[in-house]
Amino acid sequence: MNIYSIAIMVKNEYGVLNRVTSMFRRRQFNITCLTVSETETEDLSRITVQFEAENDRAREQLVAQLAKLPDVIEFREFNPDESISCELLLIKMANDHDQRSDMLDAADAFHAKIVDYTRESIIFRIAGTSRRIDNFIDLMRDYEILEVCRTGIISLERGNQVLRNVQTN
Amino acid sequence: MQTLTGAQILVQTLVDQGVDTIFGYPGGTVIDIYDALYDVSDQIRHIVTTHEQHAAHAADGYARATGRTGVVLATSGPGATNLVTGIATAFLDSVPMVAITGNVAGSVIGTDAFQELDITGVTLPITKHNYFVRDIARLQDTVREAFALANSGRPGPVLVDIPQDVQRASFAFEHKAPEAPRPHRVPKPEVIAAAAAAINSARRPFIYVGGGVIASGAGKEVIELAERIDAPIGTSLMGISGVPTTHPRYLGLQGMHGHYASTMAMDECDCLIALGSRFNDRATGDRSKFRPSGRVVRIDIDSSELNKTLIDQVDVRSDVKTALVELLPLVERRRHPAWKRKLTELRACEQSFEDVREGLTPRSIMAVIDRHREQDMPLVTDVGQHQMWAAQYLSFSRPRTFVSSGGLGTMGFGMGAAMGASIATGKRTILVTGDGSFAMDMAEFITAADHGIPLTVVLLNNGVLGMVRQWQSLFYGQRHSNTTLERKVDYPAVVRAMGGTGMRVSSLDELDSALEEALASDVPTLIECPVDRDEFVTPMLPPGGTMDDLVLNMDDVRKRLQG
Ligand SMILES: Cc1ncc(C[n+]2csc(CCOP(=O)(O)OP(=O)(O)O)c2C)c(N)n1
Ligand SMILES: [Mg+2]
Repeated sequence: MNIYSIAIMVKNEYGVLNRVTSMFRRRQFNITCLTVSETETEDLSRITVQFEAENDRAREQLVAQLAKLPDVIEFREFNPDESISCELLLIKMANDHDQRSDMLDAADAFHAKIVDYTRESIIFRIAGTSRRIDNFIDLMRDYEILEVCRTGIISLERGNQVLRNVQTN
Repeated sequence: MQTLTGAQILVQTLVDQGVDTIFGYPGGTVIDIYDALYDVSDQIRHIVTTHEQHAAHAADGYARATGRTGVVLATSGPGATNLVTGIATAFLDSVPMVAITGNVAGSVIGTDAFQELDITGVTLPITKHNYFVRDIARLQDTVREAFALANSGRPGPVLVDIPQDVQRASFAFEHKAPEAPRPHRVPKPEVIAAAAAAINSARRPFIYVGGGVIASGAGKEVIELAERIDAPIGTSLMGISGVPTTHPRYLGLQGMHGHYASTMAMDECDCLIALGSRFNDRATGDRSKFRPSGRVVRIDIDSSELNKTLIDQVDVRSDVKTALVELLPLVERRRHPAWKRKLTELRACEQSFEDVREGLTPRSIMAVIDRHREQDMPLVTDVGQHQMWAAQYLSFSRPRTFVSSGGLGTMGFGMGAAMGASIATGKRTILVTGDGSFAMDMAEFITAADHGIPLTVVLLNNGVLGMVRQWQSLFYGQRHSNTTLERKVDYPAVVRAMGGTGMRVSSLDELDSALEEALASDVPTLIECPVDRDEFVTPMLPPGGTMDDLVLNMDDVRKRLQG
């Protein structure tokens, strides 16, 4: 299985996410990561999907199916070398007196920001590539993880390439 | 500018779209729409069927026979779910259809109100697109968009779900012309050049005609291409009637039950030119073993079809006609004497094991039908062995005259589709059906009789679900589990009771005169004709098999069953 990543501009209407993800479901592609958000244009949303596919042909097929959806305005597949991708992580750790300073050192090494601090728990926030976030979570396993939440990947192409909103109504 | 209710806006927009016929069934959440239809009954004819599924098939048959978008209307809940098989049938065969459903008022949506159903959710995977109209201001344009979408690009069904509050609200209305058809995408010159180069270097070219040839009206261009490059033509089930079956270059149906010469020629060609076809598993046999020996040139309007099953050499993304018009000037005139000799051999071989038995054999039955059928009459089938015999043995010289459920293979398609095809064309229409299929849709004889729709229904009664039985005979050690019907029903009497004419024949001569009578009558007529339950559809390429496994004819069947 290979991992692919695609950004899709869609109409910002109810039901559209369902139509898009249903294409993946119908063809039995596993979505490994999904983010949806509004964009600079009010009536458009941007969906970033990371998914597994057997090979390039399977991926091409899926993308061609997506392109047919009337709600899909524009889409772009991402080449990892030519795009910037990142994720955001919030992680809640037990604030255990014995381990606290070790844990804070580790967090510091990753430039994790403390966004909440109580007697019982600490919440760190870090941003970065998925790999970096995986690594950070892995490091935190030495202490007591209470809760993890990550946003999923967002991507933009490097340089002046833009996903244009060709037509909206 | 006038102010109309939503229901009136819908109906006026349908008139603007040129809709002359709707098939449907009334109910609580479409009562306002029916009320509005009452006012335009001189412009739009509405046919109430006995079941919404058959209304959808009727809209489908209407569209297949003409290319015009078929329209079906149903109430929410059970009315809407009854449409599902009809919509899916149209979806898999790329038939333009607009399905309109009512729904409960927007204020109670999501409360499991009486007959509330999320039909846009249900039909998501079987429509090109669907709409839930929340705002009356969007109603007119949504309907216009639905029609444009259904019949542009690769055609297909579109559903518009309209809640009751929108049907009852009022809004300003002005007539608008239909959305302009979306322009055809003209393929890039370099792609056309690559396709031409592949074709020009071929020595054994083969043209494979799919439904896209009919959809784009490219029959003439296909023949021209075949003449120029000296190629034979085969078709998929959906491609039948795309080029005249009597054309000397026509080798016939291709695939699991294809004609021998056609299937062999496709196997041996060095350049496969596939026009508007999906290459599904029924056409190619085992996909993993389907490796044409030479190059493949594929023309398809739907880019998601290209690359699907084959590692293609040249993909042309375009409707077939547009691409062929561009391609033809670049294609060189060629003669391939060796290939021609090979094809003559294949045909001779095919003839050597052709079915020449006398009596009521499937082939001779089809020959009688063929003699009586005028070439402009739509010929509709249900699904099963009878469908394959019709596809193999009948002749078609005009596009859109063969109407059959290919992709979904929907038993019970026939009566609805035949009514739709007949109403759309104003022609007498012949339905070839089986005892299993007819039992699913025979209630529509009521509709046909009430409206005087001139159908001639030839029921091939073998007392069994023949197609399934054939598989059980060949691959399940003749264990005929639950496929022997032998029902006690007297079909001619049943259709007479519904207002039609019913006849039973027991010889070819009787069939001959029955057809003569039926085709002169304005009353829908059933002719029940017995067929031996152990007739098989041959040739048959067993699933997963290669050409070596081909079952040639009934003698070959017997040998296999004994051996
Ligand atoms: C709605 C539906 N149910 C089941 C099937 C599976 N099926 C395919 S062919 C066939 C037998 C059809 O019987 P009949 O109409 O008598 O035709 P015959 O094959 O005997 O000519 C069946 C059950 C189907 N295609 N469609
Ligand atoms: Mg039967």
